[in-house]
Amino acid sequence: MFTYYLQLGLRSLKRNPILTALMVVGIALGIAASMTTLTVMHLMGSDPIPWKSDKLHYVQLDSWSPDEPANDDGSPPDQVTYRDATALMEAAKADKQAAMFKLVLPVQPENPEVKPFQSLVRVTYTDFFGMFEPPFQYGGPWDRKQDTEHARVLVLSKDVNEKLFGGQDSVGKTVRMNGIDYSVVGVLDEWKLRSKYYDLTNGAFSDPEEMYMPFTTAVDLKQRGSGNNNCWRSPGNGWESYLESECVWMQMWVQLDSPARLAEYHSFLDNYVNEQKKLGRFQRPLNNRLLDVNQWMADQRVVSSDVQVQTGLGFAFLAVCLVNTIGLLLAKFTRKAGEVGLRRALGASRREVFKQFLIESGVIGLSGGLLGLLLTGLGLLAIRALYTEYRTVASLDWTMVLTTIVLAVASALLAGLYPTWRACRVQPAAQLKV
Amino acid sequence: MLKMTHLQKVYRTHLIETYALRDFSINVREGEFVAVTGPSGSGKTTFLNICGLLEEFTGGEYWLDGVDVRGLDDNARSRLRNEKIGFIFQSFNLIPDLNLFDNVDVPLRYRGFGASDRKHRIEESLSRVGLASRMKHYPSELSGGQQQRVAIARALAGSPRLLLADEPTGNLDSLMARGVMELLEEINRQGTTIVMVTHDPELAARAHRNVHVIDGQVTDFDSEPALRTSSRESGMGNRESAHTEPVSP
Repeated sequence: MFTYYLQLGLRSLKRNPILTALMVVGIALGIAASMTTLTVMHLMGSDPIPWKSDKLHYVQLDSWSPDEPANDDGSPPDQVTYRDATALMEAAKADKQAAMFKLVLPVQPENPEVKPFQSLVRVTYTDFFGMFEPPFQYGGPWDRKQDTEHARVLVLSKDVNEKLFGGQDSVGKTVRMNGIDYSVVGVLDEWKLRSKYYDLTNGAFSDPEEMYMPFTTAVDLKQRGSGNNNCWRSPGNGWESYLESECVWMQMWVQLDSPARLAEYHSFLDNYVNEQKKLGRFQRPLNNRLLDVNQWMADQRVVSSDVQVQTGLGFAFLAVCLVNTIGLLLAKFTRKAGEVGLRRALGASRREVFKQFLIESGVIGLSGGLLGLLLTGLGLLAIRALYTEYRTVASLDWTMVLTTIVLAVASALLAGLYPTWRACRVQPAAQLKV
Repeated sequence: MLKMTHLQKVYRTHLIETYALRDFSINVREGEFVAVTGPSGSGKTTFLNICGLLEEFTGGEYWLDGVDVRGLDDNARSRLRNEKIGFIFQSFNLIPDLNLFDNVDVPLRYRGFGASDRKHRIEESLSRVGLASRMKHYPSELSGGQQQRVAIARALAGSPRLLLADEPTGNLDSLMARGVMELLEEINRQGTTIVMVTHDPELAARAHRNVHVIDGQVTDFDSEPALRTSSRESGMGNRESAHTEPVSP
């Protein structure tokens, strides 16, 4: 009977095209409003590296002022000092570890047709590539030896390789920045990140870096990072005193492959801080944190409260559309009271009438869902055009496509419940002069 | 086939009780053609609604083809209605956006027949009313008489034991009415019991038996209608066994 009712539902859509259009468009608009905002919220907060997000941990050490906490909620600073980052890198107690910061350097292309430009550089260690797994098009990351030897090597993004070398395999070629030549060891393929989760302190949806450079090499340049830099006391003058200061400007990630390793590393951090306390640093109570990727994203409110409010409003609009649909369905089903009476007389039980009309509501919902999907796509296009920072999260994935359809059908079924129940209550004798 | 004993139907409000049927008793044997007559508001329609299990009754007994219908739930009543009863309405009640094939298909769907069985039954019943060639037509493309024939085909498709007809010729001109009546007689001759409500004395006279209803009670009946003789003479159906036995009203 399901296919029969489905056919009847489709036929019924054609019978009252204007009423049908009103209902379908109503549901589609509600679905589009709610799904556009929900998609943005879903993708903003979605796990960027689900296969290992529980293994990657962001390190926070409370090196802040003894007089006040770094954050109002008492949590440690969002970044670590150079001293602590390098100490943790040297200790190498995690399965993988990468301190990092970002830098802007001027590029002087060999090709005279390409004008010099400022390039965003991620300064980090070779483990970065093993931890965050960017795909390589050519070559690969530099090795640990090059990390320690201050090697002048680079990994390029696909875009920059396209710009400098026309997209060809540029491994072994050199890139000149600030008068220094760096050798290309690898070129990344397209690396689609919904959020730049490895550096949330500098904008979760900011542009990815164009180049990657060994940490030690970049420090030799004696140039401050271009990301956030917070100090609770003056760093003093000069590069060396800046490095020794309590300013936090580095992100520190570790990969810990098991809960036991996590516990060990936490213990190691506590020991490290206690040792530092003996040197007069870390005057606040012990407050070290190791948050995994999703915890860190939640902590940093990657999904902003604005987006949550917008999503709430989107769903409120859907509710209004559903109330409208209930009214229209009531009108539609009331007009079919005669047919209900007839079908009851011909042997349909109330349950069968209920199924028929609920499936008809579902057909309307499905139609609204398909149109809503189209409108959601347009809505996301508009978001991408208006807010460039959301371009990585304003797109539909299969989960959201399915969610849209399911939500539309479920909404229509919900809206159809009362009108359907009313239709079932039709007294056949009252509709038919037998 | 159909037996009502001391049947009662009361419409109650908090102020008043209205008796639509009062102490209503009737026994219709299998193969009979009974005409129910009476003035407007006498209870004919209520009687037919109760016959067709479209309305509950408030007292008495009703046995349909050996089944006591009291206390049956909606599913059981719907199944019984679908299996045992065919309806013919004054205003045809065809579904306008279904073609003839699909209109006749409606009761068969609820019966749960397979596709090939349904197709066979639909074609056969439409052939029986002379509309096999117009299966893909829509009701609006037919005359009133043809629409009533489709309604009859729909009623017959499930091979019901009982056909309930309410003024089946009420919306038809005399020529079409005659054709429909002849069709009903033909169906009855082939063994289907028919209970027909009518205002038309000519039609009533063609039934085996007339039951006259006034104020919700059977006031008059004839147990040996003239048509019985002529039917018997025609040698059709099971007239010999058809026997009218009105229960004392």
